Amino acid sequence: MKALLFERSVPRIAAARVAGAITPGLGSRWGALRLVETDEPALPGPGWERVRPLLSGICGSDLSTVDGHASRWFEPVVSFPFTPGHEVVGLTDDGARVVIEPVLGCAARGIEPPCAACAAGDVGRCANIAFGHLAPGLQTGYCTDTGGGWGGALVAHRSQLHAVPDALSDDAAVMVEPTACAVHGALAAGDVSGAVVAVLGAGTLGLCTAAALRRLSLPGQLIIGAKYPEQRALARELGATVVAEPGEIRRAVRRATRSLVIDDRLAGGADVVIDCVGTAESLAEALAVVRPRGRVVLVGMPGHVSVDLTPLWQREVQLGGAYAYGAEASVGRRTFDLAMELVHDAGLHRLVSARYPLERYVDAIGHAAAAGRRGGVKIAFDQRRPARSAHRGGAPRATGRPDAPAPATD
Amino acid sequence: MPRPGFVLEVDRSTPPTLMWHGEGFRLERLPVGARVVYAPEPVDALDDPDGAIRRALLNPIGDSAPLPALLRPGMRLTIAFDDISLPLPPMRAPDVRQRVIETVLDLAAEAGVDDVVLVAALALHRRMTEAELRHALGDRVYDAFAPNGLLRQHDAEDPDNLVHLGLTDHGEDVELNRRAAESDLLVYVNINLVAMDGGHKSVATGLASYRSLRHHHNVRTMQHSRSFMDQHHSELHSANWRMGRLIAASGIKVFQIETTLNTDTFPPSFAFLQKREWEWTVRDRASFLAVSTALERTPPRVGRSIFHSIKAPHAMTSVQAGEVEAVHALTTEHVYRQQLVEVSGQTDVLTMGLPYICPYNVNSVMNPILVMCLGLGYFFNLYRGRPLVREGGVLIMSHPTPWEFHPVHHPSYIDFFEQVLAETTDPLEIEAKYEESFATDPWYRHLYRTTYAYHGVHPFYMWYWGAHALQHLGQVIVVGGDVRAVRRLGFKPASTLRDALEMAEDVVGRDPSITHLHNPPLLMADVT
Repeated sequence: MKALLFERSVPRIAAARVAGAITPGLGSRWGALRLVETDEPALPGPGWERVRPLLSGICGSDLSTVDGHASRWFEPVVSFPFTPGHEVVGLTDDGARVVIEPVLGCAARGIEPPCAACAAGDVGRCANIAFGHLAPGLQTGYCTDTGGGWGGALVAHRSQLHAVPDALSDDAAVMVEPTACAVHGALAAGDVSGAVVAVLGAGTLGLCTAAALRRLSLPGQLIIGAKYPEQRALARELGATVVAEPGEIRRAVRRATRSLVIDDRLAGGADVVIDCVGTAESLAEALAVVRPRGRVVLVGMPGHVSVDLTPLWQREVQLGGAYAYGAEASVGRRTFDLAMELVHDAGLHRLVSARYPLERYVDAIGHAAAAGRRGGVKIAFDQRRPARSAHRGGAPRATGRPDAPAPATD
Repeated sequence: MPRPGFVLEVDRSTPPTLMWHGEGFRLERLPVGARVVYAPEPVDALDDPDGAIRRALLNPIGDSAPLPALLRPGMRLTIAFDDISLPLPPMRAPDVRQRVIETVLDLAAEAGVDDVVLVAALALHRRMTEAELRHALGDRVYDAFAPNGLLRQHDAEDPDNLVHLGLTDHGEDVELNRRAAESDLLVYVNINLVAMDGGHKSVATGLASYRSLRHHHNVRTMQHSRSFMDQHHSELHSANWRMGRLIAASGIKVFQIETTLNTDTFPPSFAFLQKREWEWTVRDRASFLAVSTALERTPPRVGRSIFHSIKAPHAMTSVQAGEVEAVHALTTEHVYRQQLVEVSGQTDVLTMGLPYICPYNVNSVMNPILVMCLGLGYFFNLYRGRPLVREGGVLIMSHPTPWEFHPVHHPSYIDFFEQVLAETTDPLEIEAKYEESFATDPWYRHLYRTTYAYHGVHPFYMWYWGAHALQHLGQVIVVGGDVRAVRRLGFKPASTLRDALEMAEDVVGRDPSITHLHNPPLLMADVT
């Protein structure tokens, strides 16, 4: 089978870091990722199934990995070489259409008894992601034993599989995993009904978070910072009450909260800020616009950042992460179930902007790295046969807006 | 004898027409057959302005005693005066306000009045700086009053210093500056640059609160003022008159002093601006070339500083004092004498060049909202009878329209532009959805009261000022403007006047009639 393989090659990762710094996504051309012909991964044991990906998305953490920017924090919980791809809709050998909940928790690793988090269904917090009968790997797509969505086949434990209802197209199904991250982030913000919530970033995570907040949490005002026109239009469609350009966020929050200003900082601020960007700048901005004793939730993967935490200390701001998914105690349901419903109800299939075959992975990753600027959101690899592609994926579209130009899809 | 205004029909021998383009100019060749409306030449100035002022105070108009008869020891006297928004550009010293106030103070001193307070009638405008106050009042007045706290700036957000006088018969709140309302005599010193200024508007607007102003600074009023420069067809005027009569009925004694200026707007180095192009002398051509070349090589910020340093050689053409309505009737005649130009029939396309200044950006930035207000508010409404441009016609304005705001003067404008106009440009929707939140925003209130910021609601008023034009016009095109900013305003951008005229044909049809409103100086079209 064909698969994209990421190898542990220090020179190549260094080259990717340089190339990615020049042009985001260019690490795919010069770095440690390459298209190979390889054997399908073996089933690790009973309870495992082979899944042939139909669509597999490219997310921000994938781009960080490809461009050599990923935090070294992940090194002990990743095994090389691996095939990336954790946003996956695919077919099992018996023809069932499934999406994969990629966290490789205790059940997938054959660990009995499971850790406390897995016992509670909260696999995202699994304490055993480097142990058991699998090589280390926090998720499918970072584990050498399982394969990933950017290859012709992967293996997944039954505990990871979620059947896709017929009502969901492939485009919709491939959005379930990133939407689950957004749902988890939105619920991590706590009770925000009637509150002022600011979301920084309007890529896939930002837009899905906006949709999740609007449908699950009912904030009084939902402000979203969006850089590009298509993102702004989508943010409005998905429920933002105020859409501001990144440089306008502070003024937008100030106006929404009727806050006074001290120098260039807000005296008050938003009740909750959800950072879906994960840079030093976005975190600094989040701390600048959150109110005293407000909450900042990091949904975007941050990596190394340098930021002045004085405001966090002086204003007693709560800073928390929101990684992956599992069980949502506040609503008593699994995140993936909530995400599946949200994708359908909010029409998040519209966020899939373009699909590429594996052979054009350099173009695909380049497109994903510049998705906002090019008027797109989610870019995915498409391994469907043509007939199925036409039947299941829906017509190619850029943003879901009827007047948007159709992108290249092959 | 100054020549009256007239309408030129462009032919093949007509030289290019000079148009303002912000802090610069464009020479545009208008199509053959287009009309150009030229203002009357500046009328003659009063030979002895100080003597004229004294005579006016001693010989009031209407039901009013001479000013000395109204002054007595122990009384509370408040002298309110128009703020930085008048005149435009600011006039050479001595400012007419200084002349009038010095004369009033002399009479007050002669009468033994020692409780005198000066109040800048800001309404919701920004506070004036010390330099601006010194320029308007002169050093002698400033130094005598300011150090003692007797030179104040009206604060429309100070509940302790406002007094609610009641409701008009239309249910409009009248809330005024307490010191002015509780004085034994309120002397108002006005500069009447355009027909909208003065009369009851001086006190009822200049010394009022938001609670009061919102009754006439709104979309409905503007859409029912045809135009707001024509007092007989202006709902803005009618509302202020209702309020003025309530003020009088509540026992507040107002002694109104109104002045008019001629349209001698620019100093000799810019004399070419006010001349008809075919009458330019060699010196005018040389001046134009020198100024244009210098501006092209000057950074915009420096160019702005140069223009805002210009002091106009405006001269006083009349002064009248006494009872408000009688005074204002005479003042309006003087304004019309200077500015009215008879124009026969409307036009399909109206063109105009917009200058670097309007009432709300003195020593500041002409931001995109003010561009809209100047073009669609002020210049469009400079008509009597019918608008110069027909209903469904096209307005073409020339201005660079930079996406730029003065952060101190116009903080709420930035939010209005970035947030409100990003959602809608419909004045009614804007008013219903956003006005109150801006008007009551504590941060804007703080900035208005303690710094040099316009009130939070002010950008809304600027937008409402153009509401009649927005309702009337088929399209608005801005030549040479920042494309993003022009689109945010809801207008169409064009690179050249020729492009704009071609775009206009899509709206009004081929071979449209075209009229250019030439300025400076200011004129008011009497459209028959």
